[in-house]
Amino acid sequence: MPPMETTAAPVKIAGMRVETAGARELPAQREVLFDVKDLRVTYAGVPALDGVSLEIYRNYITAFIGPSGCGKSTFIRCFNRLNDMIPSASVEGSVLYHGEDLYGKDVDPVEVRKLIGMVFQKPNPFPKSIYDNIAFGPRVLGMKDGLDERVEQALHQAALWDEVKDRLKESALSLSGGQQQRLCIARCLAVEPEVILMDEPASALDPISTTRIEDLMHELKRNYTIVIVTHNMQQAARVADKTAFFSVDVAPDGNRRTGILVEYDDTSKIFTTPADKRTEDYVTGRFG
Amino acid sequence: MSAGSLRLRGRSRADHARGALFQGLLLFSLAIGFVTLGVLLFDVLQRGLPYLDLALLTNAPSTDPQIAGARPAILATVYMMVILLVTVLPIGVATAIYLEEYANKERWYNRLLDLNIQNLAAVPSIVYGILGLAFLVRGLGLGRVLLAGALILTLLVLPIVIVSSREAIRAVPDSIRQGGYALGATQWQVIWRQVLPSAIPGIATGSILALARAIGETAPLILVGALTYVSFNPTIMGPFTALPIQIYQYISRPQEEFKLIAAAAIIVLLAILLTMNAFAIWLRNRYQKRW
Repeated sequence: MPPMETTAAPVKIAGMRVETAGARELPAQREVLFDVKDLRVTYAGVPALDGVSLEIYRNYITAFIGPSGCGKSTFIRCFNRLNDMIPSASVEGSVLYHGEDLYGKDVDPVEVRKLIGMVFQKPNPFPKSIYDNIAFGPRVLGMKDGLDERVEQALHQAALWDEVKDRLKESALSLSGGQQQRLCIARCLAVEPEVILMDEPASALDPISTTRIEDLMHELKRNYTIVIVTHNMQQAARVADKTAFFSVDVAPDGNRRTGILVEYDDTSKIFTTPADKRTEDYVTGRFG
Repeated sequence: MSAGSLRLRGRSRADHARGALFQGLLLFSLAIGFVTLGVLLFDVLQRGLPYLDLALLTNAPSTDPQIAGARPAILATVYMMVILLVTVLPIGVATAIYLEEYANKERWYNRLLDLNIQNLAAVPSIVYGILGLAFLVRGLGLGRVLLAGALILTLLVLPIVIVSSREAIRAVPDSIRQGGYALGATQWQVIWRQVLPSAIPGIATGSILALARAIGETAPLILVGALTYVSFNPTIMGPFTALPIQIYQYISRPQEEFKLIAAAAIIVLLAILLTMNAFAIWLRNRYQKRW
């Protein structure tokens, strides 16, 4: 194994000791996968997020934390151009992916979403069988060869195979919430993306299911780059290598609330020695 | 809280009386509709059942009540329903998909379309008849044929199909669409493979109810020239009558026996209607999605 970057010691969040992810393995070389430059998102002209610049590294887990309304969900949807679905939303600035701007003129958002998968806050299995849920992506993308193997492999990767192998033809809606979410992860993996975006993937789940999802993220990190939005600071501390703290900037007249990036650093740094007072207030529970 | 301040019996008798009175009023309102329907059904069944036989279904109308039937009218009604289904479903569902999935509601022309479809649903059927006469029978030169009648019924129930299909499409949660997009599916793939299959029960239910509405229509068919006395089997491009018109024709004859034949024909019409409604309800219950 190549030498590893190690950073972390356990940190305390609101008095609880939490093992941070930095103690775990990271790639020997840090490769920039996304380079976000001066990003600004507006809804019907009103900015929701402004002036965000950061780099996301390959095979890292990067967490976005911050209070409600800070634009972190808006931000993560910029990476797979899901904001395109909202007619009033407009994105300025650039999101470079392997050096190419995702918002470039001739970029097809459908192609972007093939490479950059997403798991949502609430498990959203299609009202079809477990098998058809996983097979949907490969089918629409024309990856029809070896579909059975592909489905099995995706379910293995999402640590769901043993639980569902005997009932692949049953409705996905018959699964428990935690299983549904792992199904959604498997569905995402079946199209072999490079990046997995997770928008609060465990917020609707019980603690045991949450732990399983977090363990899964550590497994997936070897082959994928993961970006996660979370409300739960302990979760960010447990899983993320890098953490970005977002906050809300209230205009002097009090009418306009815009999300801003406050601080972006190694997770252990964010939770132990943040550079910004606002980060410190947030992670110690004084605010938010 | 001390034991003395706990009040379990305090409501006045008047309050309870008002409640009971209100409940009585509700039941009375219910009874008006229900009893009317019951009396009607009873009357029709009592008169018509003795005359409900195979001859009614297989014989053509005749001046002799012994052999008079309603075969041409029943056949024409069935033909029209089939043509109606073939024309109204694709147009209605396509319109609904456009309005729900593609139309940007901030554009004025889309809002105008939306408003007009809602208004169309409220246009009296006789007005459609006039349109059919002017546009289909004379304008396009179709003549007074079954096809013209079927097409005018299509226009008549189109708004119903559009509105119910839109509701069915809107009921598919957005998370399903986003899940599809996030996997790299195109908009058409998401609509065709996720949204429409989930919306089919609702679309089917709405369409059957629209068909049930069309089957009982008389006024627009009279305007586009449905005849009252047809003793031969209808063709698509030929003269026609329809079951409700046939019933009207029988009732307006002087002989008492024809009124009883009309009652029997009403039973046939009701049976077709109830079967269609029952099928719609079964479809809805069978395929209803729970998200």
